[in-house]
Amino acid sequence: MNEASNLTEVETEDEQKQVANAIQFLSFILGNEQYAVDILRVQEIRSWEPVSRIPNVPSYEKGVVNLRGAIVPVIDLRDKFNLGHAEYTPMTVVVILQTEVKGKNRIMGVVVDAVSNVIDIDKTTIQSPPEFGTKVSTEYINGLAAVDEQMVMLLDVDKLLKLDDVDEEDES
Amino acid sequence: MSIDMAQFHQVFFEESFEGLDAMESGLLNLDMGDVDTEEINTIFRAAHSIKGGSGTFGFTSVSDFTHVMETLLDEMRDGRRQITQTALDVLLGSVDCLREMLTAIQDGDEINESRVAEHKKELDKELNGESAETPQIQNVAQSIDTVESSDAANENVGQTGWHIVFSPHAHLLKTGNDPVRMFRELKELGELTAIVDLQGVPSLYDLDPEDCHLSWDLKVEGDISREEIDDIFDWVEDDCDMAIQVLANNSPISQSETIDTEPNQLKSGGSSEQISEASNIKPQDIKTVQPVKKSAKPKPEKKDSKPKGSSSIRVDTAKIDTLINMVGELVITQSMLSLVGEDFSPHKLEQLKNGITQLGRNTRELQESVMNIRMLPISFVFSRFPRLVHDLSTKLNKKIELKLSGENTEVDKTVVELISDPLVHLVRNSLDHGIEMPEDRVAAGKPETGTVNLNAYHRGGNIVIEVVDDGKGLNKEVLRAKAIEKGLIEEDAILTDKQTYELIFHAGFSTAEKLTDVSGRGVGMDVVRKNIQSLGGNIEIESELGKGSTIAIHLPLTLAILDGQSVAVGDETYIVPLISIIETLNIDESMVNRVAGKGETFRLRDEYLPIVRMHEIFSVETAKATRLTEGLLVVVEGQGMRCGLFVDDLLGQQQVVIKSLEANYRRVEGISGATILGDGSVALILDIPGLVRLSNL
Amino acid sequence: MATILAVDDSASMRQMVTFTLKGAGFDVVDAVDGVDALNKAKTNKFDLVVTDVNMPNKDGITLIKDLRALPDYKFIPMLMLTTESGTDKKMQGKAAGATGWIVKPFNPDQLLKTVKKVLG
Repeated sequence: MNEASNLTEVETEDEQKQVANAIQFLSFILGNEQYAVDILRVQEIRSWEPVSRIPNVPSYEKGVVNLRGAIVPVIDLRDKFNLGHAEYTPMTVVVILQTEVKGKNRIMGVVVDAVSNVIDIDKTTIQSPPEFGTKVSTEYINGLAAVDEQMVMLLDVDKLLKLDDVDEEDES
Repeated sequence: MSIDMAQFHQVFFEESFEGLDAMESGLLNLDMGDVDTEEINTIFRAAHSIKGGSGTFGFTSVSDFTHVMETLLDEMRDGRRQITQTALDVLLGSVDCLREMLTAIQDGDEINESRVAEHKKELDKELNGESAETPQIQNVAQSIDTVESSDAANENVGQTGWHIVFSPHAHLLKTGNDPVRMFRELKELGELTAIVDLQGVPSLYDLDPEDCHLSWDLKVEGDISREEIDDIFDWVEDDCDMAIQVLANNSPISQSETIDTEPNQLKSGGSSEQISEASNIKPQDIKTVQPVKKSAKPKPEKKDSKPKGSSSIRVDTAKIDTLINMVGELVITQSMLSLVGEDFSPHKLEQLKNGITQLGRNTRELQESVMNIRMLPISFVFSRFPRLVHDLSTKLNKKIELKLSGENTEVDKTVVELISDPLVHLVRNSLDHGIEMPEDRVAAGKPETGTVNLNAYHRGGNIVIEVVDDGKGLNKEVLRAKAIEKGLIEEDAILTDKQTYELIFHAGFSTAEKLTDVSGRGVGMDVVRKNIQSLGGNIEIESELGKGSTIAIHLPLTLAILDGQSVAVGDETYIVPLISIIETLNIDESMVNRVAGKGETFRLRDEYLPIVRMHEIFSVETAKATRLTEGLLVVVEGQGMRCGLFVDDLLGQQQVVIKSLEANYRRVEGISGATILGDGSVALILDIPGLVRLSNL
Repeated sequence: MATILAVDDSASMRQMVTFTLKGAGFDVVDAVDGVDALNKAKTNKFDLVVTDVNMPNKDGITLIKDLRALPDYKFIPMLMLTTESGTDKKMQGKAAGATGWIVKPFNPDQLLKTVKKVLG
């Protein structure tokens, strides 16, 4: 997040003030709702391909794929957010996101219905997430922003990529 | 022609160090009672190669030193010399000395002459002390040479040339020696006249064209030493009858005679073609040959090119071949793609897609193979331990046997380089603090000889390297008291066993009652742990008082290779490590035994083994075989546990590259890692002990 | 130009021999031991074999003996690389059919001189 603001600030010195506070997000669709993640956390976007199932893990952890020689887990955000399952179609997209866990870079793919856009969001217009009223547990939401009259939920990538049992267990 | 010999030095050093390692482990393996000839041959060969190489590359101090070792080894090899412990120790010491010499030369440092002299003295003592009748072979050879040459020198006085009667034995040509070569060389020395004697030629009917039936009467004029003549015939001395005489002024042969007689005799022989073919002799050949120009002396080696230890790696040629194959495939894909691209039209889209997929696969495989080149067997690290244990146990007056297992486990080159020092520290600790003195062991009812195991294996996506000893184990009370004394823990602290053992990793913690120069002064274990953590690994201790300790280092594998058997369970493919498979069988209901609450077992010979239904414990819904008679049972063993894995079918066997599942994901019970199959999909590698545990839940 | 088979288990010696001979314009194929050499000799036709004596997997003397038994190598010159202490080796080598020897240590010039001498 810091990286994002630093970068944009550098290039905005002689730009308009509004852009000075802008952060770029990648927005995507899950069901009827729009979500977005900080674009600097997005490594790449791939189309859905069959995964190798991993036994005895939560059902939203769909399995692993081979990403240029690395074994990368893929999680289904619909399943994780309990938005109901959708069939995977050629439109289905896997967004490869990065996070840092205990000083190590970790990458993970998340399945979304479709990628919609790269959007600029003015930092100052981001509202804090509501206590209730969204379908997704607020634990994963950093804030809300309005883009073209539509509400976009900004996801916290670090929390999103946290694996329930392992990461907590290791910290104890 | 001048060749810069320095370009071969690096390779020479590398192979010499390898040779020294081979000598060392060979010497340690030599059993005095029952000498293994092959073993001693290997040691001899290594010494011999180092001697040959160092002589050729101009490291005379090394070749002189190795020569003495070689002589000693040669006598041992021929059984002329008893192999004694002292001799072995002297040889081991010499190996160290040679290693130091070579390192010094490689680094451009001075050789420690006094140390070399000391070792050489030891060797000489060993060599001359017991078998005085074979002093120094070299000296003998040299003295013989001198005698011969002085004879020759005497003959030389006042001569004008040489008269040689040269009558080769029939088989000469079959040694690859062609008389023409000798004549050519004689021609270089002076004026040559040759008369061929065809008397020995049999009739055509009896003639064997592969034999040499000719003899020659040769006259070579000029100021030529006997040595020069001898040199020419050196190789054929035993393959001919020969007489060499100083040429008197009135020569018995003349040029005209030669020319006259030869054609006549050839004609009369009636088989001139065959004869000349067989002997390859034509007078004009001799005439036309120009003396070969004496080549310039090799330039002295440049002193300024000081060799620096460059980082190189020795690679199994099979790995390179794989790489070459892959590059071949890549080239094919590339040309296919450029063909598609030359005049692209939309209907070629499918072709383009296929090409790109193929390119992706080629690239991936290539990447993996390149990574694979970095993989070395852990034996590179383990090989130094027999010597270490040998030396230390002598020093400590303990009896210790070292057992190695899993030496072929492949690990990344970085791991090989960095794990060595921590491991040395751990093994030293085991020898010094773990294993008891022989009398203490006997008193404790243990065998007099202690055992230290060094094991390496893959597990849970990790490389595990274990140092296991059957020594006295860690005393929790002592550890605790010490920690309190050092102020590391509070007096009332409650610690688990694991936490107690962990105390030894604290800086400045040492439990040794007396400090020895073997395992240092308590600056060890914390550094060891730091080193291992810097490799991304961790270290664990298990111990039982009076029984021994196990220290396990877990290292993540950048890459590791495993021989795997692919098995199918429904749509899933799993890899079973080939090493853990005992057999595969079709199961018959009569073999099965169902115990309420304990699951299924089957009878294999005298044993009842649990059946692990893969489709159940991994919840594979697509499984084809659900009844035991429909599938196969793969009997596996891991960490002493055996079970039968019930799967649909066996697929192929292949070497797989082990990938960590934990790097981006998590540890999964029953799975030790993952691998990428030829089609780019991911297959999971089964962890047998983990599966057994899972099935018992 | 002649094709030479250079056999030595020591990589540095092999490189040195190969490099020297190639530098002089010969075609050189190298082999790491006797078995390797014999296999290569069966699929190629060499004009000269230069072999080390002490090697694992078939030593130089056995190699020469085996090569001589092949019709293609009946008359081909074969040189042993041997040390001065190996006088009995020279004799064994001769008995096996060796043409001659080059005494170690040798320098590239000595090697070339001998090879050229043999190949003419």
